[in-house]
Amino acid sequence: MIRFEDVSVTYDGAAEPTVRAVDFAVPEGELVLLAGPSGVGKSTVLGAVGGLVPHFTGGTLRGRVTVAGRDTRTHKPRELADVVGTVGQDPLSHFVTDTVEDELAYGMESLGLAPDVMRRRVEETLDLLGLSDLRSRPIATLSGGQRQRVAIGSVLTPHPEVLVLDEPTSALDPAAAEEVLAVLQRLVHDLGTTVLMAEHRLERVIQYADQVVLLPAPGAAPLIGAPAEVMAVSPVYPPVVDLGRLAGWTPLPLTIRDARRRAAPLRERLSGREVPDRTPPPSAPLPAPPAPRPVTPRWRRRRKPSERITSPTPYAAEVCSLAVRRDRVQALRHVDLTVSPGETVALMGRNGAGKSTLLSALVGLVEPSAGSVRAGDAVPHRTAPRDLVRRVGLVPQEPRDLLYADMVAAECAAADQDAEATPGTCRALLTELLPGVPDDTHPRDLSEGQRLTLALSVVLTARPPLLLLDEPTRGLDYAAKARLAGILRALAAEGHAIVLATHDVELAAELAHRVVLLAEGEVIADGPAADVVVASPSYAPQVAKVLAPRKWLTVAQVREALA
Amino acid sequence: MRPAEAAPRAGGRAAGTTGVPPARAGAPARHQRTAPVHPGAWWLWALALGTAATRTTNPLLLALLVTVSAYVVITRRPQAPWARSYGAFVKLALAVLLVRLLFTTLLGSPIPGTHTLLTLPEVPLPDWAQGIRLGGRVTAEGLAFALYDAMKLATLLICVGAANALANPARLLKSLPGALYEMGVAVVVALTFAPNLIADVQRLRAARRLRGRPDRGLRGLLQVGLPVLEGALERSVALAAAMDARGYGRTAQLPAAVRRTTAALTLGGLLGVCAGTYGLLTAAGGTYGIPVLLAGVAAAVAGLWLGGRRTVRTRYRPDRWDARAWLVTGSGAAVAALLFLAAARDPAALHPGVVPLRAPALPLGPAAAVLLGLLPSFVTPAPEPAVKEPS
Repeated sequence: MIRFEDVSVTYDGAAEPTVRAVDFAVPEGELVLLAGPSGVGKSTVLGAVGGLVPHFTGGTLRGRVTVAGRDTRTHKPRELADVVGTVGQDPLSHFVTDTVEDELAYGMESLGLAPDVMRRRVEETLDLLGLSDLRSRPIATLSGGQRQRVAIGSVLTPHPEVLVLDEPTSALDPAAAEEVLAVLQRLVHDLGTTVLMAEHRLERVIQYADQVVLLPAPGAAPLIGAPAEVMAVSPVYPPVVDLGRLAGWTPLPLTIRDARRRAAPLRERLSGREVPDRTPPPSAPLPAPPAPRPVTPRWRRRRKPSERITSPTPYAAEVCSLAVRRDRVQALRHVDLTVSPGETVALMGRNGAGKSTLLSALVGLVEPSAGSVRAGDAVPHRTAPRDLVRRVGLVPQEPRDLLYADMVAAECAAADQDAEATPGTCRALLTELLPGVPDDTHPRDLSEGQRLTLALSVVLTARPPLLLLDEPTRGLDYAAKARLAGILRALAAEGHAIVLATHDVELAAELAHRVVLLAEGEVIADGPAADVVVASPSYAPQVAKVLAPRKWLTVAQVREALA
Repeated sequence: MRPAEAAPRAGGRAAGTTGVPPARAGAPARHQRTAPVHPGAWWLWALALGTAATRTTNPLLLALLVTVSAYVVITRRPQAPWARSYGAFVKLALAVLLVRLLFTTLLGSPIPGTHTLLTLPEVPLPDWAQGIRLGGRVTAEGLAFALYDAMKLATLLICVGAANALANPARLLKSLPGALYEMGVAVVVALTFAPNLIADVQRLRAARRLRGRPDRGLRGLLQVGLPVLEGALERSVALAAAMDARGYGRTAQLPAAVRRTTAALTLGGLLGVCAGTYGLLTAAGGTYGIPVLLAGVAAAVAGLWLGGRRTVRTRYRPDRWDARAWLVTGSGAAVAALLFLAAARDPAALHPGVVPLRAPALPLGPAAAVLLGLLPSFVTPAPEPAVKEPS
C-alpha cells in the first residue's frame, strides 16, 4: 500500500539528509509503528506519505514514494487526499470549519462526493468514533481527546486507504488515549485501513503494531521487523520491554498479559525483598527568599497590607478549600493540598480535570473564588511578579511561552536580570543540567528536550523553593525523560518542593512521592504514589501491573533489588 | 451502523463490518438536528428591522424594535461562540448613545431650546472657528433631539448584532456560489484566526508573570507581540498544509475555451458594472447608465456560473430556503414596509417634535407592525440546550 524506495530527504539549507536510505513497504491493512528517539526524522517520513514532504515543506526528496500506486512526485497532496488521510501533532491546527459535523464533511466536499454519500458517511463516522452526541458542538468547546477523535474522523470520511498519524496519543490522558487506540484498532480490523503512526509513548501503542519501523539515529538507515525483534535492539523501549530485557525473557513480552505469564519466577525472586520506601528524607530547607519589597499601591486596586502572613510555615505550598471559576465553569471546588519541602507530588487526572488550573492558582495566574492559596510565605495572586519568582516557578505546558529572546545566551542574560541573580547563573545552570546547548541557537530551533531544559533553567535561576511543571514529558523521548527525571530527583534532594501535572504514569511512578488524583475539579485520591497508582488500572505503571500485587513501580527499583 | 450501509468501498470489507456492534440502536434519536433556518433569512430579517429603525426617531418605537430583536435573540440564539457577539454589539450601541450625548453637551446643539438644564463655561473661539461652540447652554430640547437621533443608530447596530448572534457567519459564507468558494474559505479561516490570536496574547502575557515581569501594561503587550505573530504564522502554515492534504483546491480539467470565456465574461462584466455605475452617477450618462450596468451584471453572473464548473466540490447539507425562512424574512420585510407606509402617512407620530418639549406618544398602528417582528421566535425551532464546556 505504501512503498518507500531508497528515500532520502534533505531540507533546504541543511548539510546532511534528515532521513537516509528509507526503504520499506507497508502491506494493506497493517498497523505500522514508526519509532525512534526525537529528531530522527519520524515526522519527515510521515509527511512524505501524504506528499506534504517535499511539496509543502520544500527540500529535496531522492528515491520514490508510492501510495496505492500513485507516485508522490507527480501527485500533489490534494491529489492524494482521497487515498491518504493525515493527522498532525496538533489537531487544532487541522480544523478548517467550526463545528464537528461540518468538519467531518469538509474533506468529502473537497473531493466532490455526492450529497447522499456524504450524509451517510458522516453518520457512520459519528457512530464509529462515538461522536454523535457532539455533532453540532463548536470545535472550540471540545476536550483534547474529543478533538483528536474529530481530527481522525475528519480524515476518515473520504474513506482513505491509508491513515497517517503523528503522535496521536501524546497529549491525551490514559483513558482518552485508549479510546483513540481502540478506534484505530477497529479501523484496521474491520475496515482494512492501513495505518502508519509515530508515537513516543511506546507503552501505549506497541501491542497494537503489526510491524515496527525503527529509526535508530539521525541519518541512519531504518530497521524493520516484528515488534518483539525490533524492541530487542531498539534504543527506545517501553518499561515492559525493559523489564523483559532485565529478566532475560525471549521473545520479549510486549503486553502486560505476556509479561505476567512469564513473571512468576521473577515475582518469586522478588518476594523476599523489600519494596523501597518512597517517603522523602527530611531535607534542610532552602535559604529563605528575600522579603518582598513594599508594593507601591496602584490607584485602582487597593491591597490589604495585612494579607502577608509572617508566621513561618512548614509547607512549601498550602491550598485550603480552594475553589476557582473560569469562564462560567467551576474548574476547581474545595481542593486541599499541602506540599512539604523536598517532596515531589504528581497531579493526575483526565484532560480538563483542573490540573493546570491548580498550578495556575499556585503561581497567582488565576484568583481563587473561595478558599486560600499560599506558596511559602506569599499569597501568589497578591504578590508582585518579581517577588513571586523567588518563591514559586512554573514551567508551562508549552515551554516556548517562557522564551522571548532570539538566542539562548540572550535568554539566559534576561533570566539573570529578571531574577536579579549574578550574571551567568542561568547559563551555568543550563550547562549543568544539559551540557552542549550552543549559545547562539534560536530557542525555536532547539529540540523539545533542550527547550524544556532551557525553560527549567530560566525558572530555576531565581531558586524558587516551589517548582511546578505542567505536562513536562510531552514530546520527549525516553532518553530525555530519564534525564529530566534525574534533574528533578536531584532538585528534590536539595529541598525543592516539586509539583508535576502529568498524564505520563511512568514518569509519576519514577518520581513522585505522592500522587494526587483530580476529577471534575475535586481531589479524589491523595496518598503515597505506590498506593494511589496501583489502585487504579488506568494509572498503574506497567511494572506495577506485571508484578501486582506487590507495589514495585519502576524497572529501576526491580534492578536495584536484584543487584 | 448497519452492515449494508457500512464500508461501501470494497466488497471484501463490508463483510468485516458485521463485527461492529450496532451503535446505540435503541437509544432515542436525540441527535436528530432540526435543520436550522437559513442564515440568509436571519440576516434579511435583522436588516429589515434595521431599515425600519431608520424610518423613525420615536424613542418608544425604537425601544420596541430593540426589545423585539432582543427577545428573538434570547429565545433563538444557539449555544455557540459566535452567538456571544450580541453582548458586544449592545455595548457598542450604548457607547454610541453616550458619545452622542456627550458631544451635544460639550458642543451645543442647533436646536433652539428654552429649558436650560445647566450652563457650561463657554470657551471663546477665534473668528475663523465661527459656527463652532465649546461649552455654553445645555438645553433639554437639544439633549432629547440628540438622544432620539442616537437611538436610531444604536437600534441599527443592535439589529446587526442580532443577525450575528442568530446566524453562523461561516454558514452564510457556505451559501456563496461555487466560484467564490475558495474566497469564502479564506474569510472563514480569517474569522477563526482572531479568537486564536487573542487566546495567544493572553497566554503569553500570563507567561511574562512567570518570568517575574509585570503582566499588565502596554510594554508587556508589545513584548509578546513578536512571539504571538510567530505562533500565528506557524499555525497558518500548519493549517494550509492540513487543508491541502484534505483536498482543498482540487480542480476539474476544463477545455481551454471554457476557461477563456469565463475570464472574458467576468472581466467584461466587471468593466460593465464600473461604466454603468459611472453613467448613473454623472449627469451626462443618464441614458446609457442603466442598460450598461444591467449588461455588466449579467455578464459577471454568467462568468461566476461558468467559473463554478471548475470546482469539483459538493455541499454537505446545504441550508435550504424553506417556508420558515420565507416567514422569517417576510416578518422583517413587513415591519420595514409598514413603517415606510406609516412614515409617509403620519410623519408626525414617527418623528415626535422636541420643540416644544413633550413626552412622545406611542402610535398604535406602527407599534403593532413592529410586533410582527416577533414571528421568528414562534416559527423557528428552539436551539439545543446548553452543554457543559470543558475548561
